[in-house]
Amino acid sequence: MTGIATAPNTRGTAGNAVEVHGIVKHFGSTKALDGVDLTVREGTVLALLGPNGAGKTTLVRVLSTLIKPDAGSAFVGGYDVVRQPKQLRRTIGLTGQYASVDELLSGYENLYLIGRLLDLSSRDSKARAAELLERFSLTEAAKRTAKTYSGGMRRRLDLAASMMGRPRVLYLDEPTTGLDPRTRNEVWDEVQRMVSEGSTVLLTTQYMEEAEQLADELTVIDRGKVIANGGVAELKARVGGQILQVRPAHPAELPEMARCLHESGITSATVSPDDGLLAVPLAGEEQLTAVIGVLGGRGFAIAGIDTKVPSLDEVFLAITGKPTAGPATAPAAALVKEPVA
Amino acid sequence: MTTATLTPARAGTGADDTRIGAAGTLRHIGALTRRNLMRIKADPESMFDAVLMPIVFTLLFVYVFGGAIAGGQDSYIQRLIPGLLGQTGMTLALAVGTGLNSDFQTGVMDRFRTLPIGRASVLLSKLAAESLRALLSSAILLGFAFVLGFEVKTGVLEVLATVGLSLVFGMSIVWISMLLGMALRSPQAVQGVSMLVLMPMQFGSSIFAPTDTMPGWLQTFTEVNPLSQLADASRALLNGEGAVAHPVMVVLIWSAVSTAIFAPLAVARFRKRT
Repeated sequence: MTGIATAPNTRGTAGNAVEVHGIVKHFGSTKALDGVDLTVREGTVLALLGPNGAGKTTLVRVLSTLIKPDAGSAFVGGYDVVRQPKQLRRTIGLTGQYASVDELLSGYENLYLIGRLLDLSSRDSKARAAELLERFSLTEAAKRTAKTYSGGMRRRLDLAASMMGRPRVLYLDEPTTGLDPRTRNEVWDEVQRMVSEGSTVLLTTQYMEEAEQLADELTVIDRGKVIANGGVAELKARVGGQILQVRPAHPAELPEMARCLHESGITSATVSPDDGLLAVPLAGEEQLTAVIGVLGGRGFAIAGIDTKVPSLDEVFLAITGKPTAGPATAPAAALVKEPVA
Repeated sequence: MTTATLTPARAGTGADDTRIGAAGTLRHIGALTRRNLMRIKADPESMFDAVLMPIVFTLLFVYVFGGAIAGGQDSYIQRLIPGLLGQTGMTLALAVGTGLNSDFQTGVMDRFRTLPIGRASVLLSKLAAESLRALLSSAILLGFAFVLGFEVKTGVLEVLATVGLSLVFGMSIVWISMLLGMALRSPQAVQGVSMLVLMPMQFGSSIFAPTDTMPGWLQTFTEVNPLSQLADASRALLNGEGAVAHPVMVVLIWSAVSTAIFAPLAVARFRKRT
């Protein structure tokens, strides 16, 4: 689709809240987005997973009309990002690394202002602001300037701000980065609630766990390109889902344990003698029982077991066979800085 | 709550057919002006330049330099206050860039830009809030000056004309301040550069002292300096001495030229950034 076609084609496909076709965006000589395609179906959550500098925020900025793409087309709620920005803005809400609340205004005044700018009447703006403050547990802090808020409170106010106009499509740009686990769970609960009320959500994240928790579909992006997409379960199957870690009482028995599992048909176990750990990617929950059954049946002493969600690096490794962008020696996430428009 | 449908209400033409009418624009400017005023309430120190500066300048110059410059406080106050009143618009206009810069830095501008409002509303609301600040500052300056014995020798209309002229000139400087606000990296840098522009213009003018003892090159500067013309115009208006039309015309021409040059530049830069 070119986006310059006749009317019906310019509106995207029915049932898709967000449609992105071959979006390209350069910053100088850097290609931030290199032909990205994706769709988010109405009423679902799509997680855009990728390391820093992958192009996640750039894509969100294109889809929020904050920057214009160099090529390609995109539709949100049927509106063209380039040609119908004002209508599109009535459809979206943005909570992000960049879009922010006014520190010198109180929580209430921030929301009221946005209500008025969205053409709600004064009375509706007041009512909606009070409703959202209540919902995000900010009623007590409503009259304090946002400057005095904790990180979690600010993030909640930011979320509330993006919801003032009851947007049909919400962009959440790394909504939980830097939050403590409790606040993160609060944000997750709210996102789930918005979805249950009919919103469509496009979420960017660096955390596989967050994607698993919230998303119906996953798109993995790296260096401005989509490298994988599909249902969360489908991708998890490719990545291997959770990883079981077994810590034997006697690390010397590690090779023997792996051999026994292999004999029982569990071939994916790997041993890391340095950590004293046996790792088994789990295809399903029954496999956990099987592994413990085999090891217990053979009389190995187990000091501890744990399951963990694969990290972004492990996901990348599973999908591409290579670690996240950048030289193999450095932690990938720290290498590429997201260009700021 | 119902599931929202995603069929655009008016997607017929494919054009951006949501017009923001005049009423909508006025409402947006109103809401944003209110925001700018609430920011002042939350950060009263930001009013120092509007509230305290006129008082400090008046006290300092009337009592420290008044006797030396004009041979007495009473005659000096009649010279100084109109000049200070004239420059009020400009000194406050220079604060606009600082606020604009901080809106860009903090991401507040991004939030505004994802809302269906006209971009001009953001700029115009800054003008509105700054005008209110300038009016307040002028009132404080005049009130304080009356306490010290300043007399308006003409009438209310002339006072209003003086404040109006100061505002008109200030509005033409706002565009320069906005350009600085968008070109420089931090609000502090904007403030620093603004002072660097303001100080020579203030003191290299006829506001504080007669220019005839200054060296020739400086006299040339003070003559073309619009703040001198503003001070002369204000003195003529409030003291009823000297020609009014000429300095007023010069100030208006300066304002028009400055606006004609810098407003399009500022708006173009703003469009590019947003």
